[in-house]
Amino acid sequence: MNTFIITFSITAPGCKILPTKEGYILAKVTAYDLAKKQKEISVAEFFERNKHILGFGNQTRALITSVKEGVDNGLDACEEANILPDIYVEIKNREDGECKLIIEDNGPGVVKKQIPHIFGRLLYGSRFHAIRQSRGQQGIGISAVVLYGQLTTGKHAKITSKVEEDRPAVVTELAIDTNKNRAEVIARDTVHWAKPTGTRVEVSIIADYKRGKRFVYDYLQSTSIVNPHAQITYKEPDGAKHIFERTSEALPRKPAEIKPHPYGIELGTLIKLAKHTKSRKLSTFLKTEFSSMGDRTTNTAIDKANLEKNLDPKIMTREQFLALHKAFKKVKIMAPSTDCLSPIGETLIKRSLKYETQEISPEFIITSSRPPSVYSGNPFQVEVGLVYGGNLPREGAVRVMRFANRVPLLYQQGGCVTTSAISSIDWRRYGLDQTSGKGIPTGPAIFLTHISSTLIPYTSESKEAIADIPEIENEVKLAFRECARKVQHHIHKKVRRVKTREKFDLITRILPEIAKKSAYMLDKPVPSLDAVITKIMDVVWIEDLIEYVKVSRKPVQTTLIEESSQDHEGGTITKSKIMIVNYKCTPQKFNLYAVIPEDAIVGTAYPKPSKIANNYIKWNIGTIHPANKIDVNFELAGLEKGDFDENDLYIENINPAYVIGADKWEGD
Amino acid sequence: MVSKDYSNVISKIDAVAEKIYEDFQNTEIPYLQLPTRTKSNIKFDEKFNVWKYGKNTTERTAKSLDGAYMLLRTMYMADFIKEMIKIKKSSTLREMYYISEGWDLAKFHSQQESNLLAEDLEVITSCMREDFKLRPEEDGARVMGNLTIEEMTRNNTKKKIHCQDDVGDAGYSIPYNVEPEKITFKSVDADFIIAIETGGMFDRLAENGFDTTHRAILVHLKGQPARSTRRFIKRLNEETNIPVLVFTDCDPWSFRIFASVAYGAIKTAHISEYLATPASQYLGVTPSDIENYDLPTDSLTKEDINALKSELTDPRFQDSYWKGEIKLQLKIGKKSEQQALAKYGLDYVTDTYLPEKLAEMGIIKK
Repeated sequence: MNTFIITFSITAPGCKILPTKEGYILAKVTAYDLAKKQKEISVAEFFERNKHILGFGNQTRALITSVKEGVDNGLDACEEANILPDIYVEIKNREDGECKLIIEDNGPGVVKKQIPHIFGRLLYGSRFHAIRQSRGQQGIGISAVVLYGQLTTGKHAKITSKVEEDRPAVVTELAIDTNKNRAEVIARDTVHWAKPTGTRVEVSIIADYKRGKRFVYDYLQSTSIVNPHAQITYKEPDGAKHIFERTSEALPRKPAEIKPHPYGIELGTLIKLAKHTKSRKLSTFLKTEFSSMGDRTTNTAIDKANLEKNLDPKIMTREQFLALHKAFKKVKIMAPSTDCLSPIGETLIKRSLKYETQEISPEFIITSSRPPSVYSGNPFQVEVGLVYGGNLPREGAVRVMRFANRVPLLYQQGGCVTTSAISSIDWRRYGLDQTSGKGIPTGPAIFLTHISSTLIPYTSESKEAIADIPEIENEVKLAFRECARKVQHHIHKKVRRVKTREKFDLITRILPEIAKKSAYMLDKPVPSLDAVITKIMDVVWIEDLIEYVKVSRKPVQTTLIEESSQDHEGGTITKSKIMIVNYKCTPQKFNLYAVIPEDAIVGTAYPKPSKIANNYIKWNIGTIHPANKIDVNFELAGLEKGDFDENDLYIENINPAYVIGADKWEGD
Repeated sequence: MVSKDYSNVISKIDAVAEKIYEDFQNTEIPYLQLPTRTKSNIKFDEKFNVWKYGKNTTERTAKSLDGAYMLLRTMYMADFIKEMIKIKKSSTLREMYYISEGWDLAKFHSQQESNLLAEDLEVITSCMREDFKLRPEEDGARVMGNLTIEEMTRNNTKKKIHCQDDVGDAGYSIPYNVEPEKITFKSVDADFIIAIETGGMFDRLAENGFDTTHRAILVHLKGQPARSTRRFIKRLNEETNIPVLVFTDCDPWSFRIFASVAYGAIKTAHISEYLATPASQYLGVTPSDIENYDLPTDSLTKEDINALKSELTDPRFQDSYWKGEIKLQLKIGKKSEQQALAKYGLDYVTDTYLPEKLAEMGIIKK
């Protein structure tokens, strides 16, 4: 293969080398010569030419891309069939640089007939046309791995698949006919496989395991963080086994397919849609094939394009399409519905991060989620997370973990919109170091960004960096700002907590001692302290405690919320206990709010709340007399231990300066 | 020993406890008030000719955690002192620090803390440390000269000690208690008292027989002098009317030694009238001496310069003599030691320097 490349490089453009008896001569290339070469280029050639942008540019990348395609494939298959994914990844490394990659899932399996198409043909599948949030946008699929393996090692891929529990598994040995882009079945066999259903892919590839080792681990760990419903097992060549545990038993909501939005459609796609539509009128075509197109917008768009609404879309000219395409941009069209997205959710991101950063024992993990938004007619949603402190290195840049549609992005961090968004925030205000208030900050933190979209706007085909779309950059910025504010709030609260702890120490331990000692020295009875304590504290003091109780039965539900979940058999009950002491010298009454995660279910709450909203509980706290105390308790179900690890309390109808342990309620 | 009457001390200590107790009963946040013990709060007391604390006060209140700890420790210390008086014992400041280990929440974290609080308690009660039966760690320094002291010994017998004939080369050692019940001055035949900063110079003068040749009483200050040394000098000066001269190195720290002997130290300004000897005069080494005697010198360090500048704002150094000398030293940027006089030979200090200086000051005739 090397000689082939050298031959090219010494040939002058437009010349060819002709072997003669005397040796080689340089001759002019004729059209006839070219015609001989002008055949359909093989997939192998296509692959060879484009391997950089396909993610097989070097032997390290090739390894990670192969793992990624295999894992994506497995996760997709499982989710499609509503099965909680159990992915097994194994790498066997040989001295000569050949790796054997085994990826196994517990998905529905692939029927025998489809195996050659899915694993032995490039660019095959239904995903290309659907508009919905999917991992599939990421690469060119598992068949590319099979092809890469065949090209580099000459070995065939082995696919084992089982589609029904009581039937044997089918083992297929595949090769790709690179000229025809067709799979060749080399051998087929049936075997016993303990798994109920599933797929196992074995491919030999040339890869640099030594250099790729860390990346593979990182990739799988990252994948596990944004796919909390999946369990991933990774076995390294030396036998070391890593299990990235499942932290959520709930499958993510299936992203819905949506119709294209006029703002985001390309001219070519518009023409293609028109050719295939069943509508016979332009107006019906626009209303049925696009999202957000009502009567009025449709008519305005057609008017602006100077077209007839009864025009048959199938016979429209290129100029007419162009006019229509231009007109779309001039019309105010409602944003597409965003419920087609399937974000991970704050609670799950937090839980995943918590699980994966256990060894770091971070000081806190904070997440923030933006409402869905739209760029050029494409819905997208930003979620971010921040891990701070613990054993994270104090020096060096903050680690940024980037994700798009639940897939980790490992390369080209510098060119990604998330990086520029993070860089434009002045992190010095939030306690991180940053040279001149710009760029990636330094400090003991990890940042996570996850962008879900029906169309992730990558900067290039390698799909490693997200393009500089102002709407996305803005959303990422807003999300991080919110996160940073929460960090500030958290730190502020911690400092205040230390201070109140001191005061509490003072009044509960030191002051009584002073009183006792003075009484002892004078041989008098110990004086009463209540009034002095009230004077010293001069606040309403709120302290809270969170406990987790494992339950085996369905948690007791009050009827405060209609949709009290019935399927929460067992699990953990989060118990929050709030103690309010009035250390002011006058009676106090106020409203108390406890913010709760939206995915939590409120169980017993005492005293009876005056309102339970989906993200908070409100109490009207009756009059508390000086030196008196009130306990407020509530229980949350539907959360894992640690999901809710800090009460977020707010007060209303009282001077916030009177209260320690809660902030002013700013409204819902 | 005639046992001292401590009932007054006990009532003063109880008054502190009563103040706190009453605060509780009156539903006031307990607090104690004491003079601010800083440079900015010392005022010249016309009556005693010494520097004492001014009108500024600091409050130790149970409102803050630190203040509350301070009050609790004060109560424990007061109770401990009462107990010592009751069982007729005394303890060193260091012993009290170790005893505080058993005071639970009230225990001290360093001896510096407990020493300071003992001083606070003196200030609050207007008692002296000796009343509290607390002894300092360091002993008083040494004395040599034609002076007979009668000291009450441990065996409760009076013993007369002549500070030349009855002592070795090290001289008479000043005990921590120098009050009349412990020592009295029997016979003194000397023209002046010379208080010396360093042991080396004390020994030089002793070896050269300066106490005999110039009818001097030599007192070793041992750096910043202990309370007993200062009290000893004061009593000797007031009871015998012999002038006191202070002979130290030439640097800002030595000037402070002089100030604590002559004017009263900032830390102990509440008892300046017991400790300070307003009649003391500074002999040297002065910054002018550095120039006049062409003494070997070292350059002033940054700390030295800061200390000198701070002395320029110290109310005790506001006369023209000190201002002139301090400014001169800042100008030449040099400091020197007493023992630098050895440049001109071992006898130079006793044969030339001191006689010249003493004559200049009118203590002896030329």
